[in-house]
Amino acid sequence: MTVTTITDAQLAPKDYSSDQEVRWCPGCGDYAILKAVQKACAELGLVRERTVFVSGIGCAARFPYYMSTYGFHTVHGRAPAIATGIKLANPELDVWVMTGDGDGLSIGGNHMLHVLRRNVDLQIILFNNEIYGLTKGQYSPTSRRGTRSPSTPLGSIEYPVSACGFALGAGARFVARSVDTMQAHLVATLKRSHAHRGASFVEILQNCVVFNDAVFDHITGKEVAADAQILVEHGKPLLFGKNKEKALRLKPGKLELEIVPTDSDALIHDETNRPLAQLLAALEPPFPAAMGVLYCNPAASYEQEVYAQAGGSKGTGELDALLNSERTWEVTS
Amino acid sequence: MITSATAQGSGREIRDSVVIRFAGDSGDGMQVTGSQFTLETALAGSDFSTFPDFPAEIRAPAGTTFGVSAFQIHFGGTDVMTPGDAVDVLVAMNPAALTVDVHDLKVGGTVIVDTSAFNERNLGKAGYAKNPLEDDSLARYQVLKFDITKLTADAVKPHGLTSREAHLCRNMWALGLLLWMYGHERAATIEWLKRKFAKKPLIAAANIAALNAGHAFGETAEMPEHLVGYVVPKAVARPGRYRTVSGTEGLAWGLVAGLRAAGIEKMVFAGYPITPASALLHTLANLRAYGVVTFQAEDEIAASGAALGASYTGALGVTSSSGPGIALKTEMLGLAIATELPLVVIDSQRAGPSTGMPTKAEQSDLFQAVHGRNADSPLAVLAAATTSDCFDVAIEAVRLATKYMTPVIVLSDGYLAHAAEPWRIPREADLPKFPVSYRTDPEGFHPFLRNPETLARPWVKPGTPQLEHRIGGLERDYDSGHISYDPDNHARMTKARADKIAGIARDIPLQDVALGDDHGALAVVGWGSTFGPIHQAVKIARDEGRDVSHVHVRYLSPFPRNLGELLKRFDRVLVPEMNNGQLVKLLRAEYLVPAEPFGKVTGKPFRVTEIVQAIRKVMEKR
Repeated sequence: MTVTTITDAQLAPKDYSSDQEVRWCPGCGDYAILKAVQKACAELGLVRERTVFVSGIGCAARFPYYMSTYGFHTVHGRAPAIATGIKLANPELDVWVMTGDGDGLSIGGNHMLHVLRRNVDLQIILFNNEIYGLTKGQYSPTSRRGTRSPSTPLGSIEYPVSACGFALGAGARFVARSVDTMQAHLVATLKRSHAHRGASFVEILQNCVVFNDAVFDHITGKEVAADAQILVEHGKPLLFGKNKEKALRLKPGKLELEIVPTDSDALIHDETNRPLAQLLAALEPPFPAAMGVLYCNPAASYEQEVYAQAGGSKGTGELDALLNSERTWEVTS
Repeated sequence: MITSATAQGSGREIRDSVVIRFAGDSGDGMQVTGSQFTLETALAGSDFSTFPDFPAEIRAPAGTTFGVSAFQIHFGGTDVMTPGDAVDVLVAMNPAALTVDVHDLKVGGTVIVDTSAFNERNLGKAGYAKNPLEDDSLARYQVLKFDITKLTADAVKPHGLTSREAHLCRNMWALGLLLWMYGHERAATIEWLKRKFAKKPLIAAANIAALNAGHAFGETAEMPEHLVGYVVPKAVARPGRYRTVSGTEGLAWGLVAGLRAAGIEKMVFAGYPITPASALLHTLANLRAYGVVTFQAEDEIAASGAALGASYTGALGVTSSSGPGIALKTEMLGLAIATELPLVVIDSQRAGPSTGMPTKAEQSDLFQAVHGRNADSPLAVLAAATTSDCFDVAIEAVRLATKYMTPVIVLSDGYLAHAAEPWRIPREADLPKFPVSYRTDPEGFHPFLRNPETLARPWVKPGTPQLEHRIGGLERDYDSGHISYDPDNHARMTKARADKIAGIARDIPLQDVALGDDHGALAVVGWGSTFGPIHQAVKIARDEGRDVSHVHVRYLSPFPRNLGELLKRFDRVLVPEMNNGQLVKLLRAEYLVPAEPFGKVTGKPFRVTEIVQAIRKVMEKR
């Protein structure tokens, strides 16, 4: 299809804002994510009319209303399915799926699995606040064991799912993690996800100020961040700590990471190595949480392959020929 | 319906119409046999109607009654509107097929059996204590006993097949014999066998040998006493080019024709495997050259979501399923209604509730289609009457979906999906055209600005500059399209959605009377695939001198605007349907007419006689 392109290269982040009043709770991490996405859009020079934000249900799902692009606020958990249909019908569109831990990993877990495995060319941004916010604070599939909530007054007894671990297990070819408050890192991560052709999955640790405040403080708190996080970069050693004095390496003879001083052999991050990405995604205290692009290993995207299989068919086959295919017979009066 | 006379010179007897049923094990190839007999019947110029009846099991244990697969064809010169009530000729390839199907054979009818298959083992599996071929239990019928197994083995011997392979040719021997009986050609079948077994020429040759041997058997001088050749007259049909069409093909091609008529570039058809709807996905998967993109989704929900996503981009989104799958799509239908996007949903109904009887037809999703969603969520519902009507109904569904920006549910069923009829092939140039227009003008635009006539909102393709907008499931303001919780606005929007669908009644044909007067003692009102048996039954009742009319309702939501007034001109209204009483309740609710139910929920289509008896009964009540 041909569309008249208005050059949006000079657009500022605010130009990606719609005229709608943003209605998240004051202090919600979603504001920071909105700001980061708009900044990434501006830096990428995204063409507004060719960009579509699709969401399911939940706090995160309000996102499309606040963007000046095309937007579709759909039903709970189903955004990946709708986004797949959009890309199948028009692969030219730049489609983002905005989801949350309940939307994307509970009610929509099945769709998330399949959209990642199929490798549909989408940016899938999962806001993980480890709680159901819009329904007033129930525990979610990423809530840690023992989370007290209206539906688990004695503490939840379920084991949480790791969003990035799930994505890797589903066969995602781009998996990254960032934090709502780490603006520069988040913008850079979003831009990387956009550069990736195929399904790119970004987990953003996002603070729910009302129902799960400070749940990531042990990772994101100013005092602890340097020791509690490791910012991974392709081709660079896996170092962390205030003065990068700690390194991660493989425990000799075991498929397991260990923390060692920098002067030992630090593991070099290889974002095309899926088993390494799985190890990084699974890191829990006392290990640092891995941030950045854990895995990136592109392959042809689903809709590309669908159209490649169709062999550039223009869809102009003769209807009369179709209806007259196989055996026909003539009746004369 | 059968007259007995001898066609001069040919030595063949004349029959107005004949019903044949091929029955055997699900591995015996009965569906293929029936389909090929149908093709030869079509090429011979007869009208026909077929009914495949097969088990849910792919390969049930051989020889069991639940593994019996049957294919029935009714063909003749006139009035072939159903697959036939009672069977004239039953081909029973084993004892299980005989015990399952012999009850439908007319007294005096012919049963052809393979004697070799009536061994102790098979008789035991079919539950026969004694061999029915050796006592008088089949005395009411003419039993033609041939050792089809041996005759086939002899015929294919030169081709050096294994005995297992030879056994698989039995159906072609039986087909050859039946083709001889009715004076049909074999050429199309031979051509088909060559094509089907192009990579196995030996198998092709053996099957052709078996087919020819069955045919030659009929021709031989040692013809058994009751094996008679027949002549069935050609049908009087409108001149034109014809082919056979199944309901599945009709729907698939109708969707493509609708896409063309609407001038839409692309159709995204998203489905999930389910009996009996999968065949539509298979058929459309081969139509890439016609702008069709098919998508086998991870579940029914995703299938409907992908279809709706496609519609959102300006393509035609279509999804298809059967009752249990449609139930899962309910939520997405709600979103399609709320966001006012076109969506075509094909429901191939089957017996339920829940998994029910997947391969058996029923019309029990009418309530689900019309009302089965949360909140006030109106949409349009159409039903196909015949396999050829499937084509027209699919086109109409595309027209209504795109013109009114609404989901449209098309009700088909397991019977229509597989049944076949002759079809006069339309030419594209003669088909309706209803080009859609996409909004491109930013002046005064908002996404829910309504067309004053249709109340439809504009369709905008993402990619269109300056029309960027957001839509979703949250209620929206009538005047701006923005999210709104305003109470009066919600009432206004609810009414607008209802009025839009109700307004479709102005854009569809008035309800006509399929047969009989537009007033009188009794209207027999039907919908969907029961058209044939109801029509035939009303014809018979009218021949008996009864004041009966047939009203066939194609548009089930909204109803045609004169339907209520029409029904009120009848003293009584009888509603035969393959469910426990659904249309009857809609009619009573809508029009306060004293409609009476006549339901059938056996998983089998109505017989004509059942409806004739119901008509007599209701008319004698007065």
